[in-house]
Amino acid sequence: MAKVGKNILSIKDLTIGYNSKMVAEHINFDLETGMLCGVVGINGIGKSTLLRTLGGFQPKLSGNILLKEQNIEKYTSSNLSKELSVVLTEQPASKNLTVQELIALGRQPYTNWLGSLTKEDKQQIEDSLDAFLLKDLRHRKCHELSDGQLQRVLVARAMAQDTSLILLDEPTTHLDLYHKVQILKMLQELSHEKQKTILFTTHEIDLAIQLCDRILILDGKEHPFGNPCELIEQKHFNRLFPSEMVQFDAKTGSFKVNK
Amino acid sequence: MQGAKTYRISFVLLALALLCAWLLNISSGSVSIPFADVLSTLFGETPEIASWKYIIWDYRFPKAFTSILVGAGLSLSGLLMQTLFRNPLAGPFVLGISSGASLGAALLLMGASLLTGYTSFAFLGDISLAIAASIGSFLVLLIVMIVAQRVKDTMALLIIGLMFGSITSAIVSVLAYFSKAENLQRFIFWSFGSVGNLSTNQLILLSGIVALGVLLSVLSVKSLNAFLLGENYAQSLGVSLQKSRLTTIVATGLLAGGITAFAGPIAFVGLAVPHLTRQIFDTMEHKVLIPAVMLYGAILMLLCDTLAQLPNSASVLPINAITSLVGAPVVIWLLVRKRKMMF
Repeated sequence: MAKVGKNILSIKDLTIGYNSKMVAEHINFDLETGMLCGVVGINGIGKSTLLRTLGGFQPKLSGNILLKEQNIEKYTSSNLSKELSVVLTEQPASKNLTVQELIALGRQPYTNWLGSLTKEDKQQIEDSLDAFLLKDLRHRKCHELSDGQLQRVLVARAMAQDTSLILLDEPTTHLDLYHKVQILKMLQELSHEKQKTILFTTHEIDLAIQLCDRILILDGKEHPFGNPCELIEQKHFNRLFPSEMVQFDAKTGSFKVNK
Repeated sequence: MQGAKTYRISFVLLALALLCAWLLNISSGSVSIPFADVLSTLFGETPEIASWKYIIWDYRFPKAFTSILVGAGLSLSGLLMQTLFRNPLAGPFVLGISSGASLGAALLLMGASLLTGYTSFAFLGDISLAIAASIGSFLVLLIVMIVAQRVKDTMALLIIGLMFGSITSAIVSVLAYFSKAENLQRFIFWSFGSVGNLSTNQLILLSGIVALGVLLSVLSVKSLNAFLLGENYAQSLGVSLQKSRLTTIVATGLLAGGITAFAGPIAFVGLAVPHLTRQIFDTMEHKVLIPAVMLYGAILMLLCDTLAQLPNSASVLPINAITSLVGAPVVIWLLVRKRKMMF
């Protein structure tokens, strides 16, 4: 189990949405150092909107987002890039980049105006390549990679950015079960061993229950947050989907289709 | 990213190729001058026939220098556009910059006589043509920049640029329809493109503009690299999107606008050279690509100009046609061979 450390991310009564159209409100949770947290909920409930708001890609409607006890809007873009990194659902614009080049771009917040890599930068890139089993692929172009490999590269880039918080939007979509588990195991390792706080959205609720330290359920009302066992006991997963279609089995921690 | 070390040999070879292309360009022309005399004249000696010295220093030398500026500048602006718009088909023409220059030139050459009713040929020196074209391209650039502040989506900006191109070429067509034959002819000659008509003052001005464009590009190396991941990722890496987009657009405007104003619209160099360069320099690192596309573009332009000159004959083919004849098949070849154009 991860060491419980200082508060990295504090969300207080957050309302998210677009202009005047509210998507979700009254979101509250806290994440500490080294925690892996999954955000689950049905399609359109606001998982991606939450992530985009936390990542600074769209403004919040109200409430507070505190990163290391400081309001996130107070960060300059260059300071924020040293504290928060993202893995988005969008593909890199140029797939002509090699694996190593793409991961090296994660060092941009620390390099000089020309982007020259220091010894420390290179070490960080090596560590990221190592952690995500990419050493043999380092000179491959991104368009030559499988979906699972590319996802590992994108997460490795976020790791190279060396931030205290990493946000990932659906890192397991388009992957088979083996690669889903692989990427989530790697995220768990990254959060526990390197003491990174990681927040990701996912539809793999059963995997999240097994691997995450905390889960945030976006249900459009209370948005329960806690460790997976507590949430199961409080029967929060049972209310996630309409019960006539699927039912949550508390013993196995998975969903069953109603026949 | 990986340092420039690995590409040292390629850079040396390109520099040598540039020297050869430059010598070839200088030693060919309508008057046949033996290569040995060309060399000795370049080293400051007086050749056998005195007029050769004049031809080499006052005509061919500035022409070769213009070719280098035009080739290097257009290629660099093409690279900037492809990275900014994340589109392998982007080039200096897509923002409507070149069409703006054409509109300026057309208004001066064909519109002025239409409005005032008489032809004022005395006014129409080459300087006023360059000024009109510059004003045209910068007006279009200004509009594009105002739109860029409002429109967040770069693809929308690309389409808006193309629309500006369509509007300006429509106005040019209308002007051409009503204009007198001799004015139309002057405009058509400008649109052929030429690297041989620049005065010393114009050449100094063009060098300054290109140097400023290169400087701005070099200063944006880091954000250009970040743009390779996409705008959202670039922002998460601490890049200020508005500022970087504006710097890149201004750099392109200076390079493409300035060059088109002085040398006429020259097609395909900006689009094709970045792709050709990536055949040799297999990297996306702009620290390597910027000097590489400039060298490559200069070489290609010198060779195209040498071809246009038709050795030992008095005729000069339109350079715009030559670059298209060379550039378009290259783009087709790249597409057929790689099936997918990547940037």
